[in-house]
Formats: sequence, structure tokens, C-alpha cells
Amino acid sequence: MAHSEEVIIEAGHGAKNYWRDLWKNRELLLILSRRDLSVRYKQTVVGAGWAVIRPFATMLVMVFVFDKVAKFKGDEGIPYPLMVLAGITIWNFFSTTFTQISHSILLNSNLVTKTYFPRLIMPLSSVVVGFVDFIISIVLYVLIAIWYQHYPSWQLLLFPAFVLLTLAASLAFGLFFAVMNVRFRDIAQLIPFIVQIGFYACPIAYSSSMVESNQGAWWYDLYYLNPMVSIIDGFKWSLLGDGAFFKVSSLYSTIGFTVAVLGISIYYFRKEENSFVDYI
Amino acid sequence: MEVIVAEDISKKYIIDHQKKARKNFTLRDTFSEKFKHFFGKGEEDEVEHEEFWALRDVNFSVNQGDRVGIIGHNGAGKSTLLKILSKITEPTNGRVTIKGRVASLLEVGTGFHPELTGRENIFLNGAILGMKRHEIKAAFDSIVDFAGVDKFLDTPVKRYSSGMYVRLGFAISAHLSPEILIIDEVLAVGDADFQKKCLGKMRDVSESGRTILFVSHNLAAVQSLCNRAFYFEHGRLKLQGDTTHVVNNYLSHVAKTTLEHTWETPEEGPGTDEVRFRSIRVKPAYASGKLYIDVTTPIKVHIEFWNMAERADLNLSLHLYAFTGECIFNVGTTSQSFDKGLVSATLDIPGNFLNDGSYVISVMVVKDTSTVLYQLAEAVSFEVEDHREGVTWYGKWPGYVRPQFNFQISQSEVLV
Repeated sequence: MAHSEEVIIEAGHGAKNYWRDLWKNRELLLILSRRDLSVRYKQTVVGAGWAVIRPFATMLVMVFVFDKVAKFKGDEGIPYPLMVLAGITIWNFFSTTFTQISHSILLNSNLVTKTYFPRLIMPLSSVVVGFVDFIISIVLYVLIAIWYQHYPSWQLLLFPAFVLLTLAASLAFGLFFAVMNVRFRDIAQLIPFIVQIGFYACPIAYSSSMVESNQGAWWYDLYYLNPMVSIIDGFKWSLLGDGAFFKVSSLYSTIGFTVAVLGISIYYFRKEENSFVDYI
Repeated sequence: MEVIVAEDISKKYIIDHQKKARKNFTLRDTFSEKFKHFFGKGEEDEVEHEEFWALRDVNFSVNQGDRVGIIGHNGAGKSTLLKILSKITEPTNGRVTIKGRVASLLEVGTGFHPELTGRENIFLNGAILGMKRHEIKAAFDSIVDFAGVDKFLDTPVKRYSSGMYVRLGFAISAHLSPEILIIDEVLAVGDADFQKKCLGKMRDVSESGRTILFVSHNLAAVQSLCNRAFYFEHGRLKLQGDTTHVVNNYLSHVAKTTLEHTWETPEEGPGTDEVRFRSIRVKPAYASGKLYIDVTTPIKVHIEFWNMAERADLNLSLHLYAFTGECIFNVGTTSQSFDKGLVSATLDIPGNFLNDGSYVISVMVVKDTSTVLYQLAEAVSFEVEDHREGVTWYGKWPGYVRPQFNFQISQSEVLV
């Protein structure tokens, strides 16, 4: 019998063939993704319809509160509901993937304790659920854009870049939280809270142009420190066109910040993943 | 050829004594701890970190085609070893070199999702165990056939009976084609019929030249399947070698302690003013080379007591209980008249009578065939181990006794 491979097991040795192992296990990545997808709406009546109902209903409420009641000023020439829906779509993508990634290790704890494979597969496979919801939500957006007869322009070319950036951000924060979650169950309490606060701290139901008129206020810089602000602004801009407010200069620091955090998070994850089984 | 070489592997866990009960710390604990230490208030002994070596300096090598049984008490380090060999956890020290593709079965149906159908779970579990999609496809029909679940392929496994669940899980893993197979206690589940199937499959696997590491408490299965055995105790590899030798050593170590009780003087012996026990001893007549009681071993029970009264009509009554509390039998001696002094009695329990299991003996001294003078409850206990010859079935043999009554079978007519 041919011995195809020789494996050496010792403390700290796992790192050597990690990325090769990850590639070898790509089928597992796909099948875990498919599992998460097919389980998602099992035993529901409406099924994937929830991916339409949730953003649509949120949009209605937000338009009622911010546009009708509070009379917030939207961007010129852009239907308020459409702007809100674009914001909700990208925010839901971020918050769902971020949440799923953060819980991915704990949710798969039976696999962690009983089998070996590169642990990064778990957070990576958990991304798919948020992504499918995102696609459905985009379809809803397209329908409503047609209704308002508001069509995108050349900015649409940058749409994939903003989706990718959102994904990078959710991985950057999610991986870090996923590791923390193994040892500290506080994280599970913290995540819904972050998502809830983020919804209002980010320009989802309002436009950053309203913040812009407060230049000089002490919280102005604080607002732009949030990396999600420019990502969301940029995403809305790529869909809604030039009329949408987008401070391009804020994007550079966001990209730098996101890439740096992503690097640190992957490093931290790799460092800790061998001890998951001892703490889970 | 050596396919697994383990050199000085150790695995250390840190046990937090103060917070032992709580497995998952919260941030608050960590912060308050840091805080206390920062202000010098943290008392040194508040949190006592104790090192626990689940494995200590373990060395062994396994040759290709070896079938190694790993035995030992719970907590001896068997599972930790399997986890290290499966790369689930890293050793603290030492290294293991493995040549060949490894598949570990630490659980039947790892990663089964209750909401998914049998069909979906076959692909999921196969992928988790490291099979490629085309491999699973090729083995699919054979898996379904082996598990006998073809009618329920499109039913979510949460609706499966536990038996079906286990069968499906084992069927998938049985179709792995690794060079090295690591198995933890899979035989502990499933009905007798299925266990037989599993062992048969494992034998097939080993006969095809593959290497098997098999952790089990089912010693009969280990003896039948394995050619070598490792005996672990307190994280150390205590003994390795030929299966029969290692299993004998393990069993003799397990069963030694409660076989006898002796009291030197009447003052120490349990009893009353009229009678006091001197000793009760279980003496097995071991077959040559064996150091433990199995179902074929004849046993003698010796009992001695002091009669303290001048003259009394006494007899002994002995109860044998299963560990679960049921009385298996009660035997009594005839009543005789004894003078003051030592009285002794011997009971013969033949081989091939008790089934495998744990037993407890109670003895009472009876006066005038009617008054219980003293009962020595749960005086001694012993284990009877399983032993099989000429069978290929290793499920639990039912019943409290396993007598070999005359039971003849013959062909009475030949149909032509």
C-alpha cells in the first residue's frame, strides 16, 4: 500500500500545511455551507420569503419614523424608501454574516471536539447564509427601484467592491469574536447589542449628508471612525448614483483599518484554534 | 513497517480549583481577577491552578496491519491519545509521526444534522470524515444497504430511531478507505445484531492490511479483534504487547481488592456476643495463565467464624446478589451443633454458572434454623468477566446465569 503522506503531530506544528489543508477541504466548506442553507428555513411556512419580508417591513417602519414623522432630509432626487432599503440590504448582509461568523465555532462544537479540519472552514462556510439573504434582498431592491424608476449609473461598477469590503469587515470583526466566544460566553450577549446599536449609528435610515452639516461638532470625527459608515455610504452610492451622499475621503482609512483588523483577526484565530477543543 | 511512532507524548491540562464547577469563564471573572492582582489584593491561593497530565511520556510504535486494542479505566488517557492522533488537540510535549491517511471515528454520526435527511447526512458526514464527493457517491448504495435505511433516505434523521441513527453513522464510516482507522467505543451502542456486523466489518478492514487502533471497554471484542494491546493507567502506557497478556494483566489489576476480608481476633471481627466472623474469602480456581475470574472459572467461598456460646445449633446462609441488587440465589448449610471455637465452611460455585457481571455476597449465621444471629452484609464482591469460544457475537450475553446445560442438536432427517 502506498503511503501517500506523512503527518507529524507536535505542539505548534499544525501551522505548516494549514493553507494547503484548507484548500484540500474545500468540499467540506461547500457541504457545510449547503447544510446551513438548507437548514435555515426548515419547518417554516414562508421559508425564504422571510428574506424579503424582513427588509421590506423594516423599510416601511423606517420611512414612517424618519421620513414622515421626523421629516429627515434625504438626498436630493433620491426616493427616501429606496435609500433606506439600500442601507438595510447592506447592513443586514454585514450583521448576519458577522453574527453567523461569531457563533460559527460554538454552533459546530460537536465537530470541534470530534474531528479535525482547518477550523477556518467553519466561519467561512457560515458566510453563505447571509449572502443568499443578501441576493434575495437585492432582487427586492431592483423591483422597488423599477417602481420608483430610479436606475443606477456607472457607479454600479463599484458595487462588487463594496460587497467585498463588507464581507472583509464582517470577517475581520467576526473572526475575532468567534475566538473570544469560545472562552467567554459574554460575546453571545454582546453581539445582538452591537447589531442593534449599529443600526442607528450607521447611515441606514438616514443620510450622512445630515451629519455633514454638523462639521465641527465634537462627535463628527467619532461618527466617521466607524468603518461601517463609509462602507454603507459607498454601497448606497454605488446603487443610487451620484445624488447619494458619499464622502470618498473617508473610505481610505476604512480600507486600511479593515485590512489591518482582518490580518490581526486571522492571526489571532490561527493562534487560538488548536485550543478551541480545550475550552469549548 | 512502522506507520505510527509516538515519542514522549504528554498532554497537560490546567485545572482551576476554585472555579472547578464552572467550565466557561466570563469576562467578568478574568477582569476582576486581573483587577485584584493589580491592586495586590488577589490572594495567592484564591485560584489554585493545578496541572493535570492526561498523558505522560507515552512511547509506542504501531506497525502496518496491526490491530491495537487500547484499554484502561475511565480517565486513563485513552481518549486523549485518540484526540492527539486525530489532530483534534495538540500534545503539550513530544511528537507523533503518522504515515498514511487517517480516519477517526470518535463518535458515530459526527456532525449529523437532525433537520437534514438521511441522504443529505450521508454526504455531510462523509465530507466531515474526509471522504471526497465521488467516493461517497461510489459507496452510497452500499452504505444505504449496510445501514438498512433505504425506506427512510428522505426522512430527516431527527425522526430516526436511535438504532437507525447509529447504523447509518457506522455504515458511512465503515466505507471509509483509510490506511489507518482510529475507533473509540463505537461498539457501546447498537443492538447485538448490529455489533456483530460492526466487528465483522472491522475484521474485514484489518484483513485488508490496514491498521486499526481501537479503544473499548468490551474486552471480549478487543481480544477477538486485536493482535496487540496497550494498557493505560493514569496517563501512562503501563503495558503493551500481546493482547491476551495485556488483558490478563489489566483484569487481574481490576479485580484484586475486595475478594477477601479477614479479622485477626474475635474482638475485631464483626458480629455479636454469640458469633463473630473471622474471615470470608473468594478463591477462584484460575485456569492456567489466567489471573481473573471469567464465566468458566469455578469459585470457592471460604467462611470462618467464632462461636462464642458454649454450645449452639448453628447453620450458615449465603446470599449472592447481582450488583444491581437482585438476589441470584440463596444457599444454606445444614444445622449442626457446635462447641465454643472456630467454625469454617466452604461453598463451591461451579464454573459455567454465573454470567459475566459484578456480584456481592452476604452471609448470615442462623441459630436453631430460625433466629438470625448476625448478618454480614455485602461481605465480599467480585467481577466475572466475559469469555467466549466458538462464537462471533460479542453483544451482552443476557441473563444472570449462564449455565451449560445439556442441550443437544442433531439432524433428524435429511430431505433429498
